[in-house]
Amino acid sequence: MSQYIEWDALGNIVLWGLIVGAGLPTLFALGVRAVEGPGARDEEGHIPTFRKILGGLCFGIAALAVVGAIAYIAAGGH
Amino acid sequence: MEPVTESLLLVVVVATALAFDFTNGFHDTGNAMATSIATRALKPKQAVLLSASLNLVGAFLSLTVAATIATGIVDADVVTLGVVLAGLAGGIIWNLVTWLLGLPSSSSHALIGGVVGAVLAAAGSQGVLWDGLISKVLIPALIAPIVAIAVASVGTRLVTRFTQDVEQDDNDRLFRWGQIGSASLVSLAHGTNDAQKSMGIILLALIAAGAVPEDSGVPFWVILSCALAMALGTYLGGWRVIRTLGKGLVELESRQGMAAETSSAAVILLSSHFGYSLSTTHVATGSILGSGVGMKGASVRWSVAGRMFLAWLITVPCAGLVGAAAYGLGAVVGGGVGSFVVFGALIAVSGAIWYLSKREPVGHHNVNDEWKPKADNESILAESVVDHNMKLMRVSKKGKRRKVEGMR
Repeated sequence: MSQYIEWDALGNIVLWGLIVGAGLPTLFALGVRAVEGPGARDEEGHIPTFRKILGGLCFGIAALAVVGAIAYIAAGGH
Repeated sequence: MEPVTESLLLVVVVATALAFDFTNGFHDTGNAMATSIATRALKPKQAVLLSASLNLVGAFLSLTVAATIATGIVDADVVTLGVVLAGLAGGIIWNLVTWLLGLPSSSSHALIGGVVGAVLAAAGSQGVLWDGLISKVLIPALIAPIVAIAVASVGTRLVTRFTQDVEQDDNDRLFRWGQIGSASLVSLAHGTNDAQKSMGIILLALIAAGAVPEDSGVPFWVILSCALAMALGTYLGGWRVIRTLGKGLVELESRQGMAAETSSAAVILLSSHFGYSLSTTHVATGSILGSGVGMKGASVRWSVAGRMFLAWLITVPCAGLVGAAAYGLGAVVGGGVGSFVVFGALIAVSGAIWYLSKREPVGHHNVNDEWKPKADNESILAESVVDHNMKLMRVSKKGKRRKVEGMR
């Protein structure tokens, strides 16, 4: 069986797949929690600045990852 | 062969390659857009338009086209224009049959299957590199969904855990954007990857016919026509496949859709980066299943998934049978005329499948309707007995009446 499966490549795909493919949505979820989670808004409905920054950071990294992926596709790395 | 016949043959092969490209886009719209359509992050028409545009852009984005077909899977020396034509016919017909049944199946596997069948018919079993077929096609078809299910289920579990006490409206509003972004990536990667396959086939045919020199790059009209054929296919949308992926497997909400598409994009790009190509369709389907596995309280319709896995296992042999039959037909009639007969038969069969699809049309208007499996009377009876619920029986009568009306 082993000569039919490239275990090294497969291991890398699973490892990086979990880091990127599961990590980015989690980061995005943390961003959502930062700006809309319980206690995110004060009585007047405003979101405190530090929560906005935290959320922006999470969304920003996710957006950067998308841009990076497009650059990667365009560079023919796939 | 007469020069006129030869150039006509070339035209037939190019037209068939573009037709395959079209079915490829048509069949694979769902991989990127089914989740966004099912969660209503995008309206069905918006989704296919976005996906088609990105496929178009993707086709121009990277042009590392190689004039090869099924490298390492069949003996390159036996691949003639006749084999390519028969292989394309096998791929197209299998794509259309699975579309009719609403089953997502890999377009590249269908093409490889068609070519393998044609090679078997042309050169016998020594023309096929069986080890390559097993290690590059059959085993990855089993591995891809497992990897994708793992990644998407972990992602979904973490996402839902961190957002469980966020208002559902806020979740939907914000995750919608994540969903659109990740689905767009899948579309773009698809356009780049799959349009190149058709470009490669056409380039191969042009070189074989001596229309361009052997070291030629891809002519611009080839890039343009492949990009347009795929974008058109994507825009018309294989609504049957979209419906199965979006509604048939798991009831999706935006958080799951986002986790599933990100997992798809990541696994697809990583697998090509590490040189272990996994099919977009298998990965996308696995990711959607995974988003159901990782969601507490969500049910996954494993019976639908089981039908899909079965379809993936028989994709290569079935497309191979069609490819072999097409090659046989061409060889029996013989010469240039044989190729035209194959082309004619392909059009006739495609037309028949399209006609069959009109019986129960699926389009943007009903793609999101509730998923109701067609249950036969016996199973409804069994269910009503087990649950002591005679209401179920009444549903069955109603269904019967509706069926009778439908038949008139």
